[in-house]
Amino acid sequence: MALILDHVTYEYGSGTELLVRAVNDVSLVIPDGQFIGLIGHTGSGKSTLVQHLNALLKPTSGNIYYNGEDIHDKDFSKKKLRSKVGLVFQYPEHQLFETDVFADVCFGPKNLGLDRKEVELRAFEALKQVGLPDEYFYQSPFDLSGGQKRRAAIAGVLAMKPEVLILDEPTAGLDPKGRDEILGLVASIRKERGITVILVSHSMDDVAEYVDRIIVMNRGSICYDDEPRQVFAHKEELESMGLSVPQVTDVMYALKRSGWAVDTGAITIEEAKRAILDCL
Amino acid sequence: MLKDITLGQYYQTDSVIHRLDPRVKLAATMLYICSLVAVDQAGGYVAAVLFLAAVIRLSHVPFRFMVRGMRSILFLLVLTFVMNLFMIKGEVIFAFWKLTISREGVDMAVKMAVRLSLLIIGSSVMTLTTTPNNLMDGMEKALKPLQKVRVPVHEIAMMMSISLRFIPMLLEKTDRIMKAQMARGASFDEGNILKKAKSMVPLLVPLFVSSFQIADDLSMAMENRCYRGGEGRTKMKPLHYEKRDYIAYLVLAAYFVLCITVGRIVRWGRIF
Repeated sequence: MALILDHVTYEYGSGTELLVRAVNDVSLVIPDGQFIGLIGHTGSGKSTLVQHLNALLKPTSGNIYYNGEDIHDKDFSKKKLRSKVGLVFQYPEHQLFETDVFADVCFGPKNLGLDRKEVELRAFEALKQVGLPDEYFYQSPFDLSGGQKRRAAIAGVLAMKPEVLILDEPTAGLDPKGRDEILGLVASIRKERGITVILVSHSMDDVAEYVDRIIVMNRGSICYDDEPRQVFAHKEELESMGLSVPQVTDVMYALKRSGWAVDTGAITIEEAKRAILDCL
Repeated sequence: MLKDITLGQYYQTDSVIHRLDPRVKLAATMLYICSLVAVDQAGGYVAAVLFLAAVIRLSHVPFRFMVRGMRSILFLLVLTFVMNLFMIKGEVIFAFWKLTISREGVDMAVKMAVRLSLLIIGSSVMTLTTTPNNLMDGMEKALKPLQKVRVPVHEIAMMMSISLRFIPMLLEKTDRIMKAQMARGASFDEGNILKKAKSMVPLLVPLFVSSFQIADDLSMAMENRCYRGGEGRTKMKPLHYEKRDYIAYLVLAAYFVLCITVGRIVRWGRIF
């Protein structure tokens, strides 16, 4: 039960002068239940890559397998795949269209051909899970605030009960509080449902606290694929790609430079606190 | 997907033709089309082909880009050819069942096909060598006299260039929203017409909402920069004629006179 990418390459504008290789020979195994951070700066191909995972894009070459089946086989149902691999796009609030929030969340499960009762139950559960207050359920989605709209949109994908949940920059354009709330929400969803989560971001701070594994992309290829601690050890290489280590890790490096013998491996504030206390 | 559609087919390179004032190119295209319609002798078409070939050569745009525009009118081209071939009555040179082909028919069919092809290639030379914005600038300046009769030339030009500017953006948005809804199990190509129309709602509503949003933001940004319409407004890059533009006008005039002379006044006999 896993997603496997086998030498996936994707080109935009094949056969013209404007050929761009957005994803270049990527091979990955995404086992069940993992919490993965996919990091790369703008244009590194991370958004293009995740669109392959639910067959929105077809690789120019290479194959993708879900539970051992090639997702581009003729008799493989893409609709079913999309219910299993849920993708929340960047700025998902732009996809809201129904007259009220509840109806919008029902859109996904309804497309799966479930009966009305099941559809509404799932929508209700999903809205509860994203923590949207009840009084908003029957309001127009366009009347909600930015953060609430995003919650509603995430609920729209959650209601399909995916086994793999992919979120493309879920914190883009949110203030620090909204950002923490959304990230906390994602972590709690994963805990409750035990699903695989792939969090796409360009910010290490977003992912450092939560994920088990970080995949770093640069110019369409994978540079690092390891535990957070191992990845953040490559501070200079990351910076040369236009990425950074988490702010606390940066602070630890700065402390070390000014003569304090701290452990620079700290990636969360909690760990940093302990490391500094140890040193003192 | 949708991103593959190219609009405004400007081909970026540096050439004399690219550098010409857009007004020259507009006038040239008009005049060229006039010459194609006016001419009815073989000599005129030879002149038109040679002139176009010379311009294409000067523009440094690969020829296959010109022909690309032909694809969309291929059907029209074939239809006109066939219609003219069979419909025009005259001296019969071929007959089969009820269909007859006359000498005049062949003559007209060939003429129309040549005219249409040259017309399309000729106008794509203009769009390939001029950016849409530049073209709008040229049009605005050329149509300026119409302002005297209260035609809002500047406003029209501004609206046109804004819409052109936003087409790629809207295409990208459409692509994105389509994918987002597909990720929620929507399909846009299943079922009968009614079902298809209904499936467009989840695409069109967000698209309208964001277009209004964009329009609102843009108008706010324009107002913040004190945009008040065309009156008294100056250009960052004002158009003015250079030596090459005057030369181009002269060449154009020479071509037109030559083309009319060999294509209309001098009788060469029929093409067939």
